Amino acid sequence: MEPLSWTGALAPLITPLWIAAGALVALAILRFVVSLLIVPAQSVALPDGTLTAGSGPLELIDRAVRWALGSVLALLALFLIGGVILDLSAGIIGGMARRLLPVWIALVATLALSYTFRRRLGLYGKLFDSTIGTVGFALVMFWVFAAFFGAMDLIATFDPLAQSGAMKNEPPGTPFDKMIGDVDEGAYPVYLLGGDNLGRDVFSRMVSGAWVVVQIAPLATAFAFMVGITLGLPAAYFGGKFDTILTFLANLILAFPVILLFYLLVTPEIIETGIPTYMSAVIFLFPILFLTILLNARYHTRPALRTGLLVAVILGLGWIYLSLISEPFGVLPVLPEALDLFDIPGGILTVFVSVVFVNAPTVFRIVRGLALDIKTRDYVAAAQTRGEGPWYIMLWEILPNARGPLIVDFCLRVGYTTILLGTLGFFGLGLPPESPDWGSTINDGRRLLAIYPHPALAPAIALLTLVLGLNLLADGLREESLRD
Amino acid sequence: MAGFILRRFGIMILTALCLTFVVFFLTNLAPNLEKLAKTQGNARMTDAEVTSWLANRGYDQNIFVKYGEWLGVVPGYVIEQPDGTYRGRCFDQAEAIPDDAPRFCGVVQGDWGYSSVFRDEVLGIIGLRLGLTGKLMFWVMMVMVPSALILGVLAGMREGSRLDRGLSSISIVTTATPEYVSGVILITVFASSAVGLKWFKGTATSAMENATFENFFLPVITIALYGMGYIARMTRASMAEVMQQQYIRTAILKGVPFRQVVLKHALRNALIAPFTVIMLQFPWLLNGVVIVETLFNYKGFGWTLVQAASNNDIELLLGVSVVSVFVVLITQLISDIGYVYLNPRIRVS
Repeated sequence: MEPLSWTGALAPLITPLWIAAGALVALAILRFVVSLLIVPAQSVALPDGTLTAGSGPLELIDRAVRWALGSVLALLALFLIGGVILDLSAGIIGGMARRLLPVWIALVATLALSYTFRRRLGLYGKLFDSTIGTVGFALVMFWVFAAFFGAMDLIATFDPLAQSGAMKNEPPGTPFDKMIGDVDEGAYPVYLLGGDNLGRDVFSRMVSGAWVVVQIAPLATAFAFMVGITLGLPAAYFGGKFDTILTFLANLILAFPVILLFYLLVTPEIIETGIPTYMSAVIFLFPILFLTILLNARYHTRPALRTGLLVAVILGLGWIYLSLISEPFGVLPVLPEALDLFDIPGGILTVFVSVVFVNAPTVFRIVRGLALDIKTRDYVAAAQTRGEGPWYIMLWEILPNARGPLIVDFCLRVGYTTILLGTLGFFGLGLPPESPDWGSTINDGRRLLAIYPHPALAPAIALLTLVLGLNLLADGLREESLRD
Repeated sequence: MAGFILRRFGIMILTALCLTFVVFFLTNLAPNLEKLAKTQGNARMTDAEVTSWLANRGYDQNIFVKYGEWLGVVPGYVIEQPDGTYRGRCFDQAEAIPDDAPRFCGVVQGDWGYSSVFRDEVLGIIGLRLGLTGKLMFWVMMVMVPSALILGVLAGMREGSRLDRGLSSISIVTTATPEYVSGVILITVFASSAVGLKWFKGTATSAMENATFENFFLPVITIALYGMGYIARMTRASMAEVMQQQYIRTAILKGVPFRQVVLKHALRNALIAPFTVIMLQFPWLLNGVVIVETLFNYKGFGWTLVQAASNNDIELLLGVSVVSVFVVLITQLISDIGYVYLNPRIRVS
């Protein structure tokens, strides 16, 4: 079998695409230059009282830009739809479009449903009023769906760890071949994005790498927020010595160069001493603490309900907590093995803890700043006069009113956590060496970057698009929440 | 003002002491010391041999004593060896304690220790590597700061315009591209021998002696791009805020040309916030430096950090952390003082 080309049967569409893209760039530059010389045409008032846009050279160029943009997008959509229909006869792009079919279906369904009911969905619905926010949301959801369906084994074409001696560093579109023996019946015929230096399929590794990120990044960020909120609110509300000490500690961690901290925390020797496990024992306590205080502050006037809720939360989360920190041969074997629900590999736990540890002080500072501002509002004074307790005021008066900036920061921070995870992988810290996560894959690929760029390029672009999506999403959310 | 600087200076020293102690503690944990003994002495030492090897070199003392010795406020250890000779922190190994050996030898006295990886004095290594990184950082700043400020001012002067949206999208893209991603993409496009344009070199090793446009452009632009987007967005926000002020509106209504309004009225006030942001970028740039120096094999400060950390070279690692912590803290101090100095509305009493 011949190696696949990128576009296969859709090759005739490439020339129009280049023409349209070139025209778009040229027209955009022209628009910018002309706008420095000519003022836009005045709108014309019609006799019936409405306005109509005036027409001048500038408006003419604007229209041309819009047409060029439209045709570029239409051509790209043609590639995608053609690829889904033609599969491998539309080349590598066709093959990838077909493999990602579940993602396209889920993405279109989510976007269509959300757009239809956007007026009833609060801030989430308003996101679809901003183009930037919608684009960001689509990018993020693309990777989330890819990760989920990838974990369900619907997308990856090969096992991400399976090696083939014949496929080492082969370029994208090379037909699959094994060094010894025949190719199995029903195996996917090509390595869509080529093979890496051990002959593993780059496309499958990229998809399974997404699952690593989608599992760790939002969860680690959520933990950092729990820690930051639980400490930041009382620091701002009570002030005094408590605030001074916590702020000093937060600044201490922030002054630490992140990479140095990772190198000190995420080494086998340190994991051996158990320091990360002790740190996780402290950090994982915060969600339980947070929920307990939250519910107690709300329902302490209804003891029956309160006690029920608290018992459920503490028992349920407590069990998960104990299974998390206790490991058969770890430093904290508190739970007998029969009751241990799951074990997290030491490396992953350490990575998780250090990412939370790096993020929490920044969240603390943000929460503290917001709470200091909100503390002076009238509704807080009203609650104090009513005789509400300090925790009720913090968690049910101040926190809900700080949610806008916190949600925006959450999106940005998930992106930042993704970058941090990549950095850890890039230095080969924490995660197992053959882990398919994007940072490790870039690290593997960078040694032969000048000769075989494709193994590093695929995860690099994946990471770029996910973080870009999160940034755009945050931007859209900020824009829409400011409009209120 | 003097009191403010003094107080900030005190906090800075305290922070530096705490942070170096943390590094000291983590590098002196038992498994790390065992690894050190086995790499320095013999890989097949028994546990008893490891213990005596460490004891003979003063590693078994109390952590605070060791930290004090390293700092130079506690007299260096002198230990009699099994063979009757003496080994001390301030002299190597001798038959008897030399008369001219100083009692204290730590960071305060200028004795930063000996690197076990490079087999050289730590102070000399750090000086050399810091010089190389300084060269890199100088060019990063020369590229990053002007382009970020121009991007931000152009985007912020007419908020919501098409130009603003275009430039803002560019800065979002650059902030979303960490160095290891942009480095890979730039090397592929501009330096790869397979598909690339071959304009530049994919490694910067030769730039250490002789930096040219060809071998130095890619590392510089890789660091600059990531920081640029952030500074540009801050500048844009600050510029947009200034452009809504009353005095700008007055100037425009008075008939001052728009160019004059931007350059003479708005610019100075709009640049206060970005100044602090640029200063606070240093800790992040340090991250970028480590990644880029590893990626492009440029043997500067960041590369040294990676070497020291991955080989558990305790004294070099401590030296590196002292320098990086001070860089971070001093830039914070400068940004605070600069902010007060630039903004006439803030007066520290």
